[in-house]
Amino acid sequence: MAWTLDSDRPIYLQLVEIIQMRIVSGIYKAGDRLPSVRELATEAGVNPNTMQKAFAELERSGLIFTQRTSGRTVTENTELIFSIRESLAREQLMQFFSKMKELGYEQTEITALINQAAEEGK
Amino acid sequence: MNPLVEIKGLSKCYEGKKMALDNLNLTLPRGRIIGLLGPNGSGKTTLIKLMTGLLTPTSGSITVNGTPIGIFTKSRIAYLPERTYLQSNMKVNDMIEFFTEFYPDFRKEKAYEMLNALGIEPKASLKTLSKGTKEKVQLILVMSRDADLYILDEPIAGVDPAARDYILRTIISNYNENATVLLSTHLITDIESILDEVVFIRYGQLVLYNSVDNIREHFGKSIDAYFREVFAC
Repeated sequence: MAWTLDSDRPIYLQLVEIIQMRIVSGIYKAGDRLPSVRELATEAGVNPNTMQKAFAELERSGLIFTQRTSGRTVTENTELIFSIRESLAREQLMQFFSKMKELGYEQTEITALINQAAEEGK
Repeated sequence: MNPLVEIKGLSKCYEGKKMALDNLNLTLPRGRIIGLLGPNGSGKTTLIKLMTGLLTPTSGSITVNGTPIGIFTKSRIAYLPERTYLQSNMKVNDMIEFFTEFYPDFRKEKAYEMLNALGIEPKASLKTLSKGTKEKVQLILVMSRDADLYILDEPIAGVDPAARDYILRTIISNYNENATVLLSTHLITDIESILDEVVFIRYGQLVLYNSVDNIREHFGKSIDAYFREVFAC
């Protein structure tokens, strides 16, 4: 997952989203140690203070922890990770439904199309 | 901690001309990467030359680490001028030796590491290097110092995009919480993700000093887009 950043939104928020996505999708697993601020900042091409701010935000949400001896780790609370995953999935669905409604589709037509696409994608 | 740079009531008037800097007040903290932005002729280079002691102010004062600009502050400031001064018959490695002797804070290994990463031959003669390569060498010499303040005047203007990325990453990985990097550029899009804060100046006066994320949050646009709006012609 690359560090692709939009130019018009705060950078730290986008970093939060990317790290969150990496945790949810299992690139960083529950209980894993995270790379250091400097490593991640260099990788993403962003200011270390901005990466620090993103980490602080993730700590506030309980998704990552700072441990005195071993740096930062991903939470072992898998329920929390799943609930974030689900809220991200819902967000995607809401966007999808609003786009489809813009295109003039009804609820039943949308479900039919989804089933059809799922069949084709098998 | 005390601020790194304190600028108070700074003015510079060139003979018989208008004010290049007009009562500028600015305090810069440590541990930041700060963009100095403004249209052509806004006073950026004048400010930089005053901070490096190449010009003397008409009025006002600048201190770095609490010390007025002078010989001592020069030993703590690493400066990349807008134009290259590498015109001699020296080789790249001679230049590194020269810097090692001249600056106690110069890290030779760091310089060679960067030369290697950018594929620059240390035995090459400076006058045979292209303009862009010369700029890279000069930036390497500046970034290899362990200074408190790095002042970079248009550091990436003449180099190719790939080297630009490397240079920006060098600035990030070189970052330490006691030092500040102040850099002026017109290539805002390329650098805005590595900046903490930006200083906008125009007609020698401070227009704005704020953090990149505050500006993006508040105005919903990039620094580049915001600059175009503030300084629209």
